[in-house]
Amino acid sequence: MGEQNIRKISSDEILAETINLKSAGYRLVAISCTNKDGLELSYSFDKDYDFINLRINMDYDTEIESISCIYHYAFLYENEIAELFGAKIKNIAVDFKDKLYRLSVETPFNMKKEEE
Amino acid sequence: MGERTVIPFGPHHPVLPEPIHLDLVLEDEKVVEAIPQIGYVHRGLEKLVEKRDFKQYTYIAERICGICSFMHGMGYCMSVESIMGIEVPERGKFLRTIWAELSRIHSHLLWLGLTADAFGFESLFMHCWRLREKVLDIFEETTGGRVIFSVCDVGGVRKDIDAETLKKIVDVLTGMDKEIHELTQVFLNDSTVKSRTVGVGVLSKEKAQELGAVGPMARASGIKMDMRTQGYAAYKHLKFEPIVTTEGDSYGRMVVRIEEIFQAIDLIKQCVELIPEGDVITKFKGNPDGEYFTRLEQPRGEVIYYVKGNGTSFLDRVRVRTPTFANIPALLEMLKNCDLADVPILILTIDPCISCTER
Repeated sequence: MGEQNIRKISSDEILAETINLKSAGYRLVAISCTNKDGLELSYSFDKDYDFINLRINMDYDTEIESISCIYHYAFLYENEIAELFGAKIKNIAVDFKDKLYRLSVETPFNMKKEEE
Repeated sequence: MGERTVIPFGPHHPVLPEPIHLDLVLEDEKVVEAIPQIGYVHRGLEKLVEKRDFKQYTYIAERICGICSFMHGMGYCMSVESIMGIEVPERGKFLRTIWAELSRIHSHLLWLGLTADAFGFESLFMHCWRLREKVLDIFEETTGGRVIFSVCDVGGVRKDIDAETLKKIVDVLTGMDKEIHELTQVFLNDSTVKSRTVGVGVLSKEKAQELGAVGPMARASGIKMDMRTQGYAAYKHLKFEPIVTTEGDSYGRMVVRIEEIFQAIDLIKQCVELIPEGDVITKFKGNPDGEYFTRLEQPRGEVIYYVKGNGTSFLDRVRVRTPTFANIPALLEMLKNCDLADVPILILTIDPCISCTER
């Protein structure tokens, strides 16, 4: 498989970077989240097999804008991350308010909560 | 404008093998909006990386889904191998490709059967699944399992297939080729099947791109995207072109899957001709330290395996983005303006796998 292209950006840059990629014809492939001294978000895009990842590291309490105003279908990924990790994502186009999955435990993937 | 009615569809419905719920907003018999709810079978399998080491996790990955189980294990192993710089022996790569393509055949036959069942065409359903059994028999003979194989491992595969069995597989597939050809003529030419599929649930190329559709969903709308063309496993040695149609309707999605069955048979035959002698697995030491995104083409489409290791035997993260998850927005678009009676068939045409989607 191809080289891994992972570009670090700040949470404030996500909308501008996403608009640039959308304008260039990229498809949103996935949004992933990892606990890494806070939250580590990876926004993955593809165009003709050119695979690009935007990487954002942020605190659990930092709020980030939803990209569902640019890629509408991002709402599913964002709801998943908000519900599993407790990430604070603003203005999701279709916000399930932590009801996408039917979880018996609140934000089960959130490591900060477990440490507390 | 007629009066609007909301009809709950699912989570339990005769046409749904797995639970998903849709709130269908109707005007008379036409769907104007569909609001999805999932989460009935969320198992938190990604969270299990905290409890199982990276070698054990191969078997967890296989259990994400019973249809693509081999490819889930393979995708996970490929990510770990990329992080650790493990080179899988060529024979191991060919064996992985053979099992992956057999999985594609059995998945598409399963889907054709379910679709026939949804039409009410019981005999066609039974013939599809009768043929699928032959693939499951091959799995059992070569791996010991019919659904979960536990044959893929980090570094390669745990079992070899001898030359005699490979020849037998080719003979079985050659026989199946003829039977599948006869069977699929019904899907392609029968007037009752065509009346339920031609021009129904059209997804244009532009919409498919805009909504991030993948797999047969995207290819039936004219998008030539197939991760196998990137040459992972043994695909770089095989000759094939992605199957693409341009209609974008339910019939087109059926055509793509039918053609992919024949393509998979051809790919397996190419593998049997080209497979080299040698080891099937590479021994290694150490733990993964780093991260990798692997992309594969499952029967339902592109799947992503993100693995992040920290140098210990326990991983920081395994993330799987499955094709059904990516195709849900396209499904919601297709449902707009369709007749209520077509909803079950349209849901089936994305070949939904909810176990994969929710993990």
